[in-house]
Amino acid sequence: MARDTTVPASPAVAATAAPQRRQWLAGSALGGWDLTVVVAVVLTAALAAWLVEGFARGSNIGFLLLDMVAIALVALPMTLIIVTGEIDLSVASILGLTSTVMGQLWLAGWPLELILPLCVVLGAVLGAVNGVFVTVFGLPSLAVTIGTLALYRGLAFVVLGSRAVADFPIGWTTGITAPIPGTPIPWVMIPLTLLALVFGVVLHATPVGRSLYVMGANAEAARFAGIAVERTKLWLFVTSGAVSSLAGLFWTLRYASARADNASGLELSVIAAVLLGGVSIFGGRGTLPGVVAAVLLLGTIRNALQLANVSAEALTVVTGLLLIVSVVAPNLVAMAKRRLKRSTAPPSAPPDRA
Amino acid sequence: MTTVDRVANGESAALRLLRARELGIVLALALLFGVTAAANPRFLSGQSLRDLLLGATILTVLAIGQTLVIVTRNVDLSVGSILGLTAFATGKLFLAAPDTPILVAIAVGAALGAVCGVVNGGLVAAARVPALVVTLGTLYIYRGIDHWWAAGQQINAVDMPRAFLRLGTATVAGVPVLALVAVAVVVVAGWCLSAYRSGRELYAIGSDPDAARLSGIPVGRRVFLAFVANGALAGLAGVLHAARFGTLDATVGTGLELQVIAAAVVGGVAIFGGSGSVYGAAVGALLLTTIGTSLAVLRVNPFWQRALVGLLILAAIGLDRVLAVRIDRRLRGSGPHGA
Amino acid sequence: MTAAWPDRAPLLQLRGISKAFDAVQALADVDLDLRAGEAHALVGENGAGKSTLVKILAGALEPDTGEILLDGEPLALRGPADALAAGIAVIYQEPTLFPDLSVAENIFMGRQPLGRLRRIDKARMREQARRLFDRLGHHLDPDRPARGLSIADQQLVEIAKALSFDARVLIMDEPTAALSGVEVERLFAVVRALREQGAAIVFISHRFDEVFALCDRITVMRDGRRVSSDATADVTVDEVVRRMVGREVSAMFPKTATTPGEVALEVEGLTREGVFSDVSFRVRRGEIVALAGLVGAGRSEVVRAIFGIDRYDAGTVRVAGKPLPKGKPAAAMAAGVALVPEDRRQQGLVMELSVEHNTAITRRWQLARAGLLRRRDERAWAQEWTRRLQVKVGRLSDPVSTLSGGNQQKVVLAKWLSTSPTLLIVDEPTRGIDVRTKADVHRLLSDLAAQGIAVLMVSSELPEVLGMADRVLVMHEGRLTADIPRAEADEETVVRAATGQGAAA
Repeated sequence: MARDTTVPASPAVAATAAPQRRQWLAGSALGGWDLTVVVAVVLTAALAAWLVEGFARGSNIGFLLLDMVAIALVALPMTLIIVTGEIDLSVASILGLTSTVMGQLWLAGWPLELILPLCVVLGAVLGAVNGVFVTVFGLPSLAVTIGTLALYRGLAFVVLGSRAVADFPIGWTTGITAPIPGTPIPWVMIPLTLLALVFGVVLHATPVGRSLYVMGANAEAARFAGIAVERTKLWLFVTSGAVSSLAGLFWTLRYASARADNASGLELSVIAAVLLGGVSIFGGRGTLPGVVAAVLLLGTIRNALQLANVSAEALTVVTGLLLIVSVVAPNLVAMAKRRLKRSTAPPSAPPDRA
Repeated sequence: MTTVDRVANGESAALRLLRARELGIVLALALLFGVTAAANPRFLSGQSLRDLLLGATILTVLAIGQTLVIVTRNVDLSVGSILGLTAFATGKLFLAAPDTPILVAIAVGAALGAVCGVVNGGLVAAARVPALVVTLGTLYIYRGIDHWWAAGQQINAVDMPRAFLRLGTATVAGVPVLALVAVAVVVVAGWCLSAYRSGRELYAIGSDPDAARLSGIPVGRRVFLAFVANGALAGLAGVLHAARFGTLDATVGTGLELQVIAAAVVGGVAIFGGSGSVYGAAVGALLLTTIGTSLAVLRVNPFWQRALVGLLILAAIGLDRVLAVRIDRRLRGSGPHGA
Repeated sequence: MTAAWPDRAPLLQLRGISKAFDAVQALADVDLDLRAGEAHALVGENGAGKSTLVKILAGALEPDTGEILLDGEPLALRGPADALAAGIAVIYQEPTLFPDLSVAENIFMGRQPLGRLRRIDKARMREQARRLFDRLGHHLDPDRPARGLSIADQQLVEIAKALSFDARVLIMDEPTAALSGVEVERLFAVVRALREQGAAIVFISHRFDEVFALCDRITVMRDGRRVSSDATADVTVDEVVRRMVGREVSAMFPKTATTPGEVALEVEGLTREGVFSDVSFRVRRGEIVALAGLVGAGRSEVVRAIFGIDRYDAGTVRVAGKPLPKGKPAAAMAAGVALVPEDRRQQGLVMELSVEHNTAITRRWQLARAGLLRRRDERAWAQEWTRRLQVKVGRLSDPVSTLSGGNQQKVVLAKWLSTSPTLLIVDEPTRGIDVRTKADVHRLLSDLAAQGIAVLMVSSELPEVLGMADRVLVMHEGRLTADIPRAEADEETVVRAATGQGAAA
């Protein structure tokens, strides 16, 4: 069905109420949002080091980094998923379910060496369920993952009830948080950084990464270009599940506690970080460095506020404000620019087509 | 003439399928009742039903408001936080002025909720920001404000005026007053959405936002008002919560938003807007509440409730998809050949 | 064809309308008269200023200079609402209805008749809808949901909607682009009925046969100026084309004779329930085979099934002798097949992405080195191919939406030709693009065939089919009804086969 209008939908409409996507794109193309976030991290860290007692201490940096590991991990595949125009709200529930399975298997006497890889496989399977619903049955990912969010968290409670399993071996629970010898930096930062690099390279410098952006911007055109949209999205959900499981393993060991309500609500923090990092909720735009910077930013703020004995609520409010600012600001700037230019021809209605 | 017959047949079948969706969920509810009552006849006793209706009230009121927003192809994740905030505010109001008339308290709660809705609606409509992002942000902000205000406090039921708390348990002809309030909300909302231009316009906006603008519908204004109405209803729900439970702290309402969306989705409100009714959402809310009670009655591990809710959501959207495909096929087949 | 009412004062007049966008003068000093009771054609290449003119009439743009007069009185249009209130309505090529709402609600959205307590009076709404359809001479059920209506029916609803605004000027933009022959006739009947009732209809089209069959007068625009306005009886197609282009367009279809080589595509018994059945044909290298037929005959579905976008239930597809797995576009691409789709905005391109990204996407794996893809390599590739196809583009990093329709089509062609296909399938290669670029595309297809590439071309434009094809395959309601070699192909045989009448060749 041709959409070649000789007369595109009235440009007054197009100009002022352009499909929200177009404004988003104009907005986030403005001056590199990623750069803004990186600068914000640096400034915040500097401010915190100056104003907050104890922020710059090595042990605190260690805590700061440990606190953000789970969110950072989950944010990596989440970025790719949101770039393709989908979303995965079940990540925290997968984390929780993994945690309870881990606890239950431990109680049953299984060795941790066996439990850990098994749990990652579990996560992959849970992610595959999401993927199948979205790609095979064609259901909207928002609704599906709201369903699996409830389902998986529910299953976590079924597995472990309201108990907690806390008797994991000390070697593991202290080892997981151990620093790199001679530095305050936890050793888990190394695999985390490597993983971030892998995701970054995949997204920005591989054919697969290019196809993700195309899928997010126009899934139909992607199919016509020979891109295996469904298969790729399925794998993204599987990856998200597996990585969420990994985060669950880390969480359980770090806090030495397997509970059904572990990381409740984490999905919102992850999505907040991804959006703050400049990824468009509509798909087709965003970068991984931006997201990493956003995770660091949120982690730094939380840490600084905690140290400064500012109430935890302040962090909540700040996160919310940052999120809103990150999306409103580019739009307002774009609108102001347009008004200043006084031009009535948006790039989508070129005069020579008239 | 055969074309007309074909057309008529195709369409009535399609309309039948559409209504089947709403009937389907009523059927599911009836089935649930049946199974539970069979296991334990006391499930159908007056007291038990009253508790059920009471339990569903707050979720119903929230689901109605959420429907208004979802129909326009938006979503409001901040309702749980708004409820928490207004519930606490109601408590504080009564602590400060125990003689406040109940209606005033309700008005204050709804107004506070409406203010929250104004922020949401303003950002979505004026700044053209996606609702998912805005309401995620306000979810945090309102919750943060609530925590800061409560500052670890807890308002106890004993501190609340008797008359107000009685509202939470009072009945009229055996039906809880709160449930009647919910029913009134459903009826009024349902009426407005089907019989008034502005209501129909909400559906148009969700069905095709660009076409809506081209038609001259004031999309920004309508969406804004939908969010304000949703906020007001969440505020009302907050007051009702305070009346029902009496004990209030900063955690009230946490996590409610996903249950509310679940109720709407299960009730047949399409997540991408344009279709669905408040009646369906109300039945969805009732269904979700009933599951909790049914599980207890059936002696099923209560921890299964959440998992079941999740399964229901998946089933509901799966079913909707199947129905939508069937309807499309019928309607296309019955029109004149072309395109 | 009823003559217009020349003695009446013009219904709508444009005087000295000019409009510029930055440095480009889209319209320069345009005068136009629209009379009541006439069907007035507006023709011109893309870039001639037609759509800018329409936007001004629709109230979506304000002219820099000039005035609009309605019934002799000056008219100020500050927005689309003003235009509607003045009785000017535009029927866009792609109707925009609300799928979940009923036909009647679609017509009256925002203006539903009210009853007691300002409630919507559904009975009255239904009745008013019926009366509107009476005026059009064709009925639809007012209560049925708009979802699933054919494009032709959707258009009918849009026209009814315009009438409900008491529109006296209806502007129709390429209304027949997606209609079958029967539906075109129905639309013409509706237009004639409206004409009798005193409305002025502006008919924008690239299809001259329709323009000359329906319209009373024809205005030609070129480069933002009005070149001429004449009664259609007083001009010929050639004259009109000459005025549109400003020069002789003799070589409309530069077809060089070729000798077909080996079989590149072999389709056997291809069937898809309810869409097409038992379709069998061959395309040889060096041939241009046209797939003609009415809209809805199943041609696009067949080629999409061959390429793997759509599924099929039975039959085989063989490319260069080897069977092609079904449902896998990537496999088709690997076998040397390329498909330039029908809808370039939704299927052929990603409008928000840059020209270079769009061009290089089909070769992303081949351009990658050691698994990594560099922007530099993509850009070089895109540069090479946009140069070869002479795509007029500012910067390669500009979004492809900034290009004109013709240049966008060239980008799609570049994207696919860069895969060095042995079989090129093009679906409506020149739909919605200007005459000059059309000729470029035709020349390109001819050259490709001469180089030994097999070309399968789906086209709804008979002149294009007859001018370009070595063989014409005709489909009718999902079946292949004719396979006509160039020498024997003419309008009559093709149309007969396309409408399922009698034996062809």
